[in-house]
Amino acid sequence: MQVPSGYGLHHQNYIAPSGHYSQGPGKMTSLPLDSQCGDYYSGLYTVPTQNVVSPSTANQQPGAQQMYSRVPPAPHIVGSTLGSFQCAASSASHLHTSASQPYSSFVNHYNSPAVYSANSSVASQGFPSTCGHYAMSTVSNAAYPSVSYPSVPAGDPYGQMFTSQNAPPVRPAKDNSFSGQNTAISHPSSLPPPPSQQQHQQQSLAEYNTPSWSSAPGLPTQDSLKRNNTGSLAIANNNSANTVADCLSCPVIQNVHPPKSSPAVSTVLSGASSTRMPPAANHPVEPAASVTQPSELLQQKGMQYGEYVNNQASSAPTPLSSTSDDEEEEEEDEEAGIDSSSTTSSASPVPNSYDALEGGSYPDMLSSAASSPAPEPTPDPDPGPAPASTPVAPQPSKMAKPFGYGYPILQPGYQNATAPLNSGVQPSSTVYSGFQQYPQQYPGMNQLSSSLGGLSLQSSPQPESLRPINLTQERNILPVTPVLAPVPNLNLELKKLNCSPDSFRCTLTNIPQTQALLNKAKLPLGLLLHPFRDLTQLPVITSNTIVRCRSCRTYINPFVSFIDQRRWKCNLCYRVNDVPEEFMYNPLTRSYGEPHKRPEVQNSTVEFIASSDYMLRPPQPAVYLFVLDVSHNAVEAGYLTVLSQSLLENLDKLPGDSRTRIGFMTFDSTIHFYNLQEGLSQPQMLIVSDVDDVFLPTPDSLLVNLYESKELIKDLLNALPNMFTNTRETHSALGPALQAAFKLMSPTGGRVSVFQTQLPSLGAGLLQSREDPNQRSSTKVVQHLGPATDFYKKLALDCSGQQTAVDLFLLSSQYSDLASLACMSKYSAGCIYYYPSFHCAHNPSQAEKLQKDLKRYLTRKIGFEAVMRIRCTKGLSMHTFHGNFFVRSTDLLSLANINPDAGFAVQLSIEESLTDTSLVCFQTALLYTSSKGERRIRVHTLCLPVVSSLADVYAGVDVQAAICLLANMAVDRSVSSSLSDARDALVNAVVDSLSAYGSTISNLQHSALIAPSSLKLFPLYVLALLKQKAFRTGTSTRLDDRVYAMCQIKSQPLVHLMKMIHPNLYRIDRLTDEGAVHVNDRVVPQPPLQKLSAEKLTREGAFLMDCGSAFYIWIGKGCDNNFIEDVLGCPNFASIPQKMTYLPELDTLSSERARSFITWLRDGRPLSPILHVVKDESPAKTEFFQHLIEDRTEAAFSYYEFLLHVQQQICK
Amino acid sequence: MQIIAFDELKTDYKNPIDQCNTLNPLVLPEYLIHAFFCVMFLCAAEWLTLGLNMPLLAYHIWRYMSRPVMSGPGLYDPTTIMNADILAYCQKEGWCKLAFYLLAFFYYLYGGYNFEIEYPSVYLQMLFVYETDTE
Repeated sequence: MQVPSGYGLHHQNYIAPSGHYSQGPGKMTSLPLDSQCGDYYSGLYTVPTQNVVSPSTANQQPGAQQMYSRVPPAPHIVGSTLGSFQCAASSASHLHTSASQPYSSFVNHYNSPAVYSANSSVASQGFPSTCGHYAMSTVSNAAYPSVSYPSVPAGDPYGQMFTSQNAPPVRPAKDNSFSGQNTAISHPSSLPPPPSQQQHQQQSLAEYNTPSWSSAPGLPTQDSLKRNNTGSLAIANNNSANTVADCLSCPVIQNVHPPKSSPAVSTVLSGASSTRMPPAANHPVEPAASVTQPSELLQQKGMQYGEYVNNQASSAPTPLSSTSDDEEEEEEDEEAGIDSSSTTSSASPVPNSYDALEGGSYPDMLSSAASSPAPEPTPDPDPGPAPASTPVAPQPSKMAKPFGYGYPILQPGYQNATAPLNSGVQPSSTVYSGFQQYPQQYPGMNQLSSSLGGLSLQSSPQPESLRPINLTQERNILPVTPVLAPVPNLNLELKKLNCSPDSFRCTLTNIPQTQALLNKAKLPLGLLLHPFRDLTQLPVITSNTIVRCRSCRTYINPFVSFIDQRRWKCNLCYRVNDVPEEFMYNPLTRSYGEPHKRPEVQNSTVEFIASSDYMLRPPQPAVYLFVLDVSHNAVEAGYLTVLSQSLLENLDKLPGDSRTRIGFMTFDSTIHFYNLQEGLSQPQMLIVSDVDDVFLPTPDSLLVNLYESKELIKDLLNALPNMFTNTRETHSALGPALQAAFKLMSPTGGRVSVFQTQLPSLGAGLLQSREDPNQRSSTKVVQHLGPATDFYKKLALDCSGQQTAVDLFLLSSQYSDLASLACMSKYSAGCIYYYPSFHCAHNPSQAEKLQKDLKRYLTRKIGFEAVMRIRCTKGLSMHTFHGNFFVRSTDLLSLANINPDAGFAVQLSIEESLTDTSLVCFQTALLYTSSKGERRIRVHTLCLPVVSSLADVYAGVDVQAAICLLANMAVDRSVSSSLSDARDALVNAVVDSLSAYGSTISNLQHSALIAPSSLKLFPLYVLALLKQKAFRTGTSTRLDDRVYAMCQIKSQPLVHLMKMIHPNLYRIDRLTDEGAVHVNDRVVPQPPLQKLSAEKLTREGAFLMDCGSAFYIWIGKGCDNNFIEDVLGCPNFASIPQKMTYLPELDTLSSERARSFITWLRDGRPLSPILHVVKDESPAKTEFFQHLIEDRTEAAFSYYEFLLHVQQQICK
Repeated sequence: MQIIAFDELKTDYKNPIDQCNTLNPLVLPEYLIHAFFCVMFLCAAEWLTLGLNMPLLAYHIWRYMSRPVMSGPGLYDPTTIMNADILAYCQKEGWCKLAFYLLAFFYYLYGGYNFEIEYPSVYLQMLFVYETDTE
């Protein structure tokens, strides 16, 4: 620990471990330190990561468990360990300098006398060294018994414990027993499973459905493992050395399904490992529960398993007798709410049970590791090498560096979550070494002792997502590749089935067990939904009966469990339901009797064709009404031309069937209707001038069938732009026009598209200008964010009741009180488009944008008369919804229309403790009428693990989702309270969560601002939010712009919202094909992301900023003329026009690359972004520079200043 | 009455729009009746009773001042009423007020025996409580 003083405390901690490692193998010594010196990250982190890796690899336990499993080896270990191990010992000792006390205490705690005795006995037997270790993780639903069992004496090291819960009762033996297929000495697979296991199985059966049960031909057991939803850890030690091999393997059963991640986990101790750990003694691992539970229990458990093992092995005597009932254990575990316990038996005399502890407490860790396919690989490798009964490690590569746990400096890849993949395969030996060497605990252990927790954090191998990062010292916080959604820490099977993060994301991928824990974490819990997203692949199911839970009406989904062939258990309310006869037949495979193979159970996103039970009335036709402002202002702006043009082009592409109807209304101070009845020679205009009491001049003929009256409609559209050219009418009777539209639409429902260009000034719903231009840049109070009148809201509610959505296109050059007008769309599930200072001649970029938006708007999918219900596992409840809709009930949103670009957010609260479950599920069911008149239900189901420790909660944070949810909450706050309140709340969100995290790592230096890796972007994003138009202060922001930004925050799906909040910056003057992706035969270069700071801009470069709704290409003064010529088509910098909104199609490589990249970015945007070419020096560059959010502005912090500010707040 | 209504809302029996439409017209009368009583107490120089009622009166005034933007009378906005916080708040408010009115009723009743002069007000209050309870 005396490491380089130069580093802060923090560093020292990290370093220390490295020291260990180096010593350990004997090889080391120097390196880690050096590396550390060189680079903050590389140095500091490498060490820990290494540890992580090795252990993780060794333990094949999936994901988190592994990570955690490397518990601090007790000091004793050292003594026991032999020469090869010395390193470990030494390392341990080193570690202990600082932490020794805590550890010792810890050890004591864990090592109960009984345990020791066991160990001692083992030790006495004196096993040389080679111990093949098999760690299988079996997760039982409820309990995590840790078992230690002596493994077979001789060559076949395979004592594998396998508790497969999933295994069908029918063939328990098979599943349970781990057949050492590989090993020469294979354990009879047919051996009857111990009673305990059977119990497990039964439970598992009840709870789990194992979709694919059949085991692979070669490796039945492994397969079973994989399939098990619950991962069980069984560890078998092999004594390759033979003699008496007492391997105490401790299978830990985890209640928490979190183990899912661990399903297939097996840890193998190969001979190689044995070398390191001369004394072969396996110690029963203590389950995480152990924290609360006495170690004795563990031992007992271990003993039982041991027996079992012995039986299988038909060999070694079991030193321990099982004293406890499995059931009891299970129950206890459940009660304890232990997440997971993964145990690894170590060759060392010291009990390794820690891992179990850690594992238990940190199921999520798995996620990081687990995310990787670790589980699968693990099983295979294990059997192979193990069978040999030789010390050979399963994976050659790993084996190669037996001692190297520490040494091999991790490659960047390892640090990534994916790295863990390897872990599965790696020999346990490395793992063990890792354990011994690193006595570390996880922060989760805080309960034990905070100091311990701190230690563990520092030195322990952690999942990538928990890697502490000193924000103030990390200059390049932004990764070069786009940030991806974290993968929930589930087992592989569930992970594959889980809903795509594009449709369904949760801010915390590890759901805290209780509201108290959530409060402690200070993070928002909520869902981000994009339910009607355009999907390329969507299973559509037609069946007479849609299978749903009878009590909570949940749709059957991949996360339900089949108790037997005829019954399934709801995963939301736990009710047992019958499987209907029809469901027994699988239309895909044409087989009968496999309900778990039905598409509903194999896909988490499915669409049902609903029967008439799901209709209140016959499905409505697609009905579109356009309400157009034709006052002087509107005509002047010239939007009618663009609209007519777009409509004419897309008339045939309007979604709909033969019943599709369409209508037009225009208004200024009067309201004009158009009779388009088939048979008329030309459109007939009907004018209603009584705006105080609007009526429909003719009841029919105003909404006409699109196909029957197509000619008339075309005539009208062609005439429209010129009909009002000479109008002098400046008033706008929007309110009455909307009332008329409502009357027109109410019999059918449908979509009303309103085009408005100014403040409504006549009739109902008239508005006054509320904006004071002098207050635009005020830093104090921003008023008038809420509506001035409830007219539009009431109208929207009426419309919503009649299944009519109102979409607003606001094309105004001056204040139009969007805050009030937006209500018409907000509550009727419409959407809002805003084109500030629209003018078709003066502002061509806006005109182009409108045109593109209209194209998308007119042709995209649409669902009518929709409702969306969100269900979640009992114990959770919906708190607040965000988006455009009307909330009809606590979990029911009424959506008159649904479009593919609508996003929603839901805040959740935890009403009851979730201790008795390890998984929670969320299901959104969107019932809508398609444009073809079909009633359909689109169902998304998301499944997430529950965790009980704070560290796990932090490990699973989805920072982008959290930011989007916070943004939504901040919008609400600004409207209901004030903007400054909302800003404070945002800053507090950072301060609170980071300080809460800081307190979990207690003794870490307080001077630094530490964030877990999962949250490292949190402050940056919050700063970006504070500088976003919606929330910024001090910069001149028009009220409508601000309100529009808020509307977008509320209604945009996460992907688009994130770009709005934090744009992506790329350098595009040197695009290469390196790392390029191929999309539709085009090569799309993938330049790295740059951070949003002027320091990244060089005069010699050209940069593209992707803001979601706009692209800016900034051309530096010294930009290469070749680039300007090849891509922009201008001879030199000076000749680039001031307003350039497109890239010419030039036949050069760089032009092609740039264009294909931009096209690729544009694809799938709801608002087609407009390209602005911004020259350095041009006035437009302020637009560009305001997005460089890491830089300081007159009114706002730079990123670094913001961090200091946060740090200051934390220290207060 | 309001409690029942909110419970209905929570359990999804009723459309929030309908519910708000039935509740909103009742809010103002309730407040006015309460204010009327306060004035009566003031006239009767029942300082203690008045003191007990003043906080509620102040609360009512504050509540009505900070109501959401709406054209009609009333407090409840169908678009926000389903928010868990607001719903819980309204429910709690309903229970508290019910308790207060009940206690006040018995207190007035007791007072009524002692001071016959207050009889009319007690009678009125009884009526009112009855009304709020059963509706």
